Amino acid sequence: MSAATDRLSRLLALVPWLRAHPGIPLPAAAEAFGITPRQLRDDLDLLFVCGLPGGAPGDLIDLSYSGDRITIADPQTLDRPLRLSVDEATALVVAARALADVPGLAGREALDRALEKAVGAAGSVAGQVRVSLDTHAEVLAAVQRAVRERRRVHLRYLVWSRDELTERDVDPMRMLVREGHWYLEGWCHRAEAVRLFRLDRIDGPDGVEVLDIPAALPPGAVSRDTSEGIYRPGPADVRVVLELASPARWVADYYPVTGVRELPGGRLEITLHARETSWLHRLVLGLGADVRVVEPLVLAAQVHALARRVLAAYGLDAPSGGAADER
Amino acid sequence: MDRVAGRRWGRCRLGVAARLACDIVSRRRVERLLNLTMCLMATSRFITVSQLGELVEGYEPGVTEEEQEAFRRMFERDKAYLREIGIPLETGTDSAFSDEVGYRIRRGDYALPDIALAPDEAAALALAGALWSTTALAGPAASALRKLAAGGAAVGDGGLGALDGFEPRVDATDPAFEPCLAAVQAGRAIRFPYRKMVETGVTERHVEPWGVLSWRGRWYLAGHDVVRGAPRVFRLSRFAGPVRPVGLGGAVRVPPDVDLHAMVSTQAPPDQVRTATLAVRHGTGHALRRHARPAPATRPAPAADMDLVEMEFADTERFARWIVGSGPDVIVLEPPELRTAVVARLRAAAAGTAGVCEAAAVPGGR
Repeated sequence: MSAATDRLSRLLALVPWLRAHPGIPLPAAAEAFGITPRQLRDDLDLLFVCGLPGGAPGDLIDLSYSGDRITIADPQTLDRPLRLSVDEATALVVAARALADVPGLAGREALDRALEKAVGAAGSVAGQVRVSLDTHAEVLAAVQRAVRERRRVHLRYLVWSRDELTERDVDPMRMLVREGHWYLEGWCHRAEAVRLFRLDRIDGPDGVEVLDIPAALPPGAVSRDTSEGIYRPGPADVRVVLELASPARWVADYYPVTGVRELPGGRLEITLHARETSWLHRLVLGLGADVRVVEPLVLAAQVHALARRVLAAYGLDAPSGGAADER
Repeated sequence: MDRVAGRRWGRCRLGVAARLACDIVSRRRVERLLNLTMCLMATSRFITVSQLGELVEGYEPGVTEEEQEAFRRMFERDKAYLREIGIPLETGTDSAFSDEVGYRIRRGDYALPDIALAPDEAAALALAGALWSTTALAGPAASALRKLAAGGAAVGDGGLGALDGFEPRVDATDPAFEPCLAAVQAGRAIRFPYRKMVETGVTERHVEPWGVLSWRGRWYLAGHDVVRGAPRVFRLSRFAGPVRPVGLGGAVRVPPDVDLHAMVSTQAPPDQVRTATLAVRHGTGHALRRHARPAPATRPAPAADMDLVEMEFADTERFARWIVGSGPDVIVLEPPELRTAVVARLRAAAAGTAGVCEAAAVPGGR
């Protein structure tokens, strides 16, 4: 859609919206439309000179803004918003259905009612777009209850990067879905910090217990900004560069890579940052011949030692010629 | 007030002269389109193009043939613009004696019907609208909510009540998302270069799209692969170049019984599923154990600190990768081909990392 039609859509929505919010402060209106106050002022100035044929004062859109408050006295024919476009209806219906699929979602019933009212006849296309929010119903229900009732939970939680099962008390803050995974964000009493817990790494329905203790969030418990993704590299992280053969390209999709470079022959060079490297040992080891460690060299050495240990557990030796560390 | 003077006054107030020429053009066009829309809504009769030229501020029908032609071309473009954003422009004629068609916008067709949303319903829709995060549907969701708010619903006012503390977000950063969504909405076939997971090369695909689906955080296109003559699923992140539309919109027929979720999430057919017997060290392999069950005690574990589990698998290589990733804590006992695949990966990993060990050897290893 061109800038002109985009703006036209906004103006057609702006007039009835302002009409429904008489005396709204200009910054609030700008924020609601995702534009700057300056852009909104431009829009208002444009509306100011538009109207019905004739152009007499009574034919123009009658709006005023004194100080920072906007009022529309006469919207002319634009008193109602344009009906929802296909895109708009699709966006709402698909999202609402995705949420409605979540088992045991509180507010589910309100969602159903709203959907029926708002987009009763939204067309058939919405059925062709679908978001499937994978869930672990029992864990989800327990965590949801804890968030709602603001109660402490006890978790048996798998720290995947270390293959370690941990026990911890968490005061819930919110539940999130990011990049296809469900998370509980809360104050972890073990780490004494805000942490994100992936629900599928809670050790099954028995791995979560809602305690009869009210959550007590310390002043330092501030939600993490996840707009740039769940994982944020820290200053102490190790920079790792791997070269992936074509069959291992999927790694770039599944791990938090910070850089990707195409190489000849369908190969891919990826850069990642890791706080702990034991999960990297497992990744590199599992990929076998489809990966080459570019840096750090210590990672390659660790993987090599590990491979030899596992081969020994099978009663086998490492391949001949690869015995440089035996000298 | 004189119309032209009024307009000029408006421009001066804005300091339009200071702006770029293209801004002025686009601003004039938006003004004209707004005036045209309001004019066509204010009438119950069809208004002809020549009448619009006289009535609507911003048109200059002119006198010479060239001027009139320019005006008509401008109107045709404006008409297309209005329809593009979904304004229902009706065509017809009121006069039996004139063959010149006219236009109007029926307010009943234009306006969003009255929707009275209860506060909890409005809150639920606001939560749904926020799902889209940075995707191409984020904008439409936000504008839909604004329209509902403009229609009187209290969207976004007050807290979320029962849904408080719940923030689902879906991303779609794949460049293929928008064109695929557009193709699905238009019912139009597409061509695109695609890289399969385990193949080196990129192949050109020709697909009649049935739908797009987000599953486990990744977007897929499902449809009919025209060349292969069969249903196929494509992951949007593996599109290796631009998506080009092919043929006409509305040409794609989606089978009525299509289940997108089933197409994408389908696991291996049952006849390919086999059972592995694994030895796992106590207190390790937690992720693996969640999919496993204790093995019947028909043989001893290879070490005193290990126990035996059984687990189903379908794809030997993928399962081998997972097992190898567990290091010395998980050892394959059965079946032999899985053991072979695991050992091959271990040997490859050892060979691939051999040269560096002297330089970077760490005391104690892992």
